[in-house]
Amino acid sequence: MSTHDGHDHDHGDGEPHPGMVGDASLGYYGTRYRAIEALLIEKGVCTLAEINATAARQETRTPMDGARMIAHAWVDPEFKQRFISDPLAAMGELGYRLPDNVVDTPKITVLENDEDVHHLVVCTLCSCYPGTLLGAPPDWYKSLAYRSRAVKDPRGVMHEFGLDLADEVEVRVQDSTADLRYIVMPKRPAGTEDMSQEQLAQLITRDSMIGVSEALEPDRSPAA
Amino acid sequence: MNGATLPKYGPGDRVRVSSEEPEGHCRTPRYVQGRQGTVRKLHGSFRNPESLAYGGTGLPRQPLYLVEFGQPELWKDYKGAAGDRLWIDLYQHWLEPLNDRRISQ
Repeated sequence: MSTHDGHDHDHGDGEPHPGMVGDASLGYYGTRYRAIEALLIEKGVCTLAEINATAARQETRTPMDGARMIAHAWVDPEFKQRFISDPLAAMGELGYRLPDNVVDTPKITVLENDEDVHHLVVCTLCSCYPGTLLGAPPDWYKSLAYRSRAVKDPRGVMHEFGLDLADEVEVRVQDSTADLRYIVMPKRPAGTEDMSQEQLAQLITRDSMIGVSEALEPDRSPAA
Repeated sequence: MNGATLPKYGPGDRVRVSSEEPEGHCRTPRYVQGRQGTVRKLHGSFRNPESLAYGGTGLPRQPLYLVEFGQPELWKDYKGAAGDRLWIDLYQHWLEPLNDRRISQ
């Protein structure tokens, strides 16, 4: 235990330290999380150090990591093939440190959008998400509204994100129910031929990698 | 090793999803139960989540398939296009053969 607030841990008043027991500020899920964490450690399933290391690693991942991978795939057709066939190996190729236990890491699958098919990813049963590439999911992805409507009315959901696709385009919803995690590779927008890989990555939003929108047009890029 | 259950289906096979609801946790959403779809791909074999959820070994491993459904067939008031599809990952023990292509073709 480290000391905190600049004082030693002995309060000398016999009271438990504020924050250690029944901390209302944690809320329901925070309290539940602490209870599960304590049980996992007590039963020897894992150590606090392992939990902290995993959390720290997940916090280092952001949607920009997925965007960099896809921008690389847009400009390098051979890398794109490797990215599609083995996304984790392709991450390693770009210098990303892979999870320590790759065997137990859910397999990531790339869903490539084209003129004929547009993919949309949802996990109706919980909130499965390709965290290894994108970090933590947005809150709306975990909401009951998204999880139920994305399968039943995907075009209605996409409309609310500003995307209206022609009826000729097949909307293919991927329900992420089991051992695989899905990331969408959006289409490369027209008029981006002269852009650098770094500029292209700015067009690839988190939402476009979930499939509720497409990649940004070049003049709508935040970097433009 | 406790091995794995052998795959029974391949790409193109028509299947029906079981509607026998097990007690407890499963990874087959209600909206596809009892529905007919087409196997697109065998992902491999994975531990059975219905056992893992309760501290079991998940063995024998179950073949896991990518199964396709037509959206208008899943939702009677579907508002999208006729060609829209739903793809979902389902474990073999949830699938029943709908017909035998070797006989029907």
